[in-house]
Amino acid sequence: MAKQKLLEVKNLKQYFPAGRGEVVKAVDGVTFDIYKGETFGLVGESGCGKSTTGRTIIRLYEATDGEVLFNGVNVHGKKSKKELKELNRKMQMIFQDPYASLNPRMTVADIIAEGIDIHGLAKTKEERMQRVYELLETVGLNREHASRYPHEFSGGQRQRIGIARALAVEPEFIIADEPISALDVSIQAQVVNLLKRLQREKGLTYLFIAHDLSMVKYISDRIGVMYFGKMVELAESEELYRNPIHPYTKALLSAIPLPDPETERTRKRIMYDPAQHGYKDGEELEFREITPGHFVLCSEEEYKRYRAMYA
Amino acid sequence: MEKILQVNDLHISFDIHAGEVQAVRGVTFDLYKGETLAIVGESGSGKSVTSKALMRLLPTPPSRIKQGEILFEGKDLTKLSEKDMQSIRGAKISMIFQDPMTSLNPTMTIGKQIMEAILKHQKLSKEEARKRAIELLQLVGIKNAELRMKQYPHQFSGGMRQRVVIAIALACNPKILIADEPTTALDVTIQAQILELMKDIQKKLGMSIIFITHDLGVVANMADRVAVMYAGKIVEIGTVDEIFYNPKHPYTWGLLASMPSLDHKDTELYSIPGSPPDLLNPPKGDAFAPRNPYALKIDYELEPPMFQVSDTHYAATWLLHEKAPKVEPPAIVRERMKRFADIVARKGGKPRG
Repeated sequence: MAKQKLLEVKNLKQYFPAGRGEVVKAVDGVTFDIYKGETFGLVGESGCGKSTTGRTIIRLYEATDGEVLFNGVNVHGKKSKKELKELNRKMQMIFQDPYASLNPRMTVADIIAEGIDIHGLAKTKEERMQRVYELLETVGLNREHASRYPHEFSGGQRQRIGIARALAVEPEFIIADEPISALDVSIQAQVVNLLKRLQREKGLTYLFIAHDLSMVKYISDRIGVMYFGKMVELAESEELYRNPIHPYTKALLSAIPLPDPETERTRKRIMYDPAQHGYKDGEELEFREITPGHFVLCSEEEYKRYRAMYA
Repeated sequence: MEKILQVNDLHISFDIHAGEVQAVRGVTFDLYKGETLAIVGESGSGKSVTSKALMRLLPTPPSRIKQGEILFEGKDLTKLSEKDMQSIRGAKISMIFQDPMTSLNPTMTIGKQIMEAILKHQKLSKEEARKRAIELLQLVGIKNAELRMKQYPHQFSGGMRQRVVIAIALACNPKILIADEPTTALDVTIQAQILELMKDIQKKLGMSIIFITHDLGVVANMADRVAVMYAGKIVEIGTVDEIFYNPKHPYTWGLLASMPSLDHKDTELYSIPGSPPDLLNPPKGDAFAPRNPYALKIDYELEPPMFQVSDTHYAATWLLHEKAPKVEPPAIVRERMKRFADIVARKGGKPRG
């Protein structure tokens, strides 16, 4: 099966002014592609720029530099209102906090139908409500919930409402920014299963941003690891867990506690210190392919060493 | 082993205008000297309320200890006056919380905050307290302790702040440290450091830890024994090996099976259907029954008692009754169970206690 690129992120940069003429380089030259129908996981610690990457892709921020191509169209390019609206319909987002991301003064029906109204996807009131009912059922809620307000729901149910809202405009691509971190373990599995089922049924493509690495591994086809605004490693999820190459990825993987006391007793934690690379001044760091589909940010010298070790 | 704390049939309710929320509905457990007992459960299961009750940190009203006792050093903590409690709280039993930013005072230097805890409970001069505070900062792995004493919380990172909070909790060499989700707000690499620090300090000081969390990975890493709470009750309690490799309660099965395992990628995750019960009107019978695919008829009628599985392992499920039908746990759990015999055998016939 030939893979089709849905999203291309090219050397994306997002700098924020930090006062006194200084800038914070939240995202500093990130490049990756997302193929149609796949789930791309983005992991890293807080402050590494993973959420900023997601938000810049969907144009919540104007990119400082670089390009985001969605179906070949530059997301950040100049657009007429109509083009922008069309783009907004195809790309949707699910947020982390199911409490903060739903307007408490709107009914569930109005929250879900907001996108339908904006994009004129329903011709009559009946059709609009019909769509809302269908969406509620798709995400495992029922039609009686339509007239209620967000405070009447539990965290897991709210996250389902957020998913229904994203689905309302029939998007192709959904950015899920830590969609399950605020939920309890037993509810997390429900939401993850729902996301997977929707992907199967509707052929959706996901960018799944998270710090819970075991869930990311479960849901993602490929994973990118970010560290301080840079992507340091990218590989298929099985491969990344089996053969991590970048020392930061190794450190990150060795820090995740697994629900298995036997392995925990023998756990050896690996520390990462950015100084350990011993890069010389002016040494070019590049994102290089070590084995097919497995990229690592490294210097020329490291590249040769990694090639010798892994390829 | 020496029992340091005994909690017997503890009931705690909150009186709100809609009625009585029965947050804790009969919790019984012992804590041994030098061990780590993990309490796991979902939000609303009563794990934090239980731990706050041990410290008598729940405001009354609306909360109310309806019945039960908390025995510590021959005293029932539920009956102590606030004044007597103050000599225990922070001195013999201390607590660290989830969010290291909100548990430190942003307007006080770190040094002052640690010294406050020392001076409150110990007869030391200011200079001695200062020395002790520096020692504590070094103990929790903060470098340049002298300089750091003069800094404010905002000058510390999240992980460093949590180290400071731990230093304050350790200020008086407590017998019991209650840690309520101490690493939930931290990144995994920082979490790993804090967990290692806690284990290290426990080895040095020999205190007991009650570790409250919903992260089963952290439990596997930290705990000697585990209590699983659901809807205000302990539904299963045992050694860490018994809970992870020989669980008996369907809720524990559900928790373990809903975590993605490393080699089950293509199968759908096992998920516990529905959501936890409303403790304003706790259901009749077993509170887990409506979400339990293994529920028996009796579960809807009568609450199961604690059945004994081994000397250290108890579970409250009718499935352990001699007349109950045999059921198959989820596949992921069955695989864990296969390893139990091995692990027990390797440990010389006795699971770790």
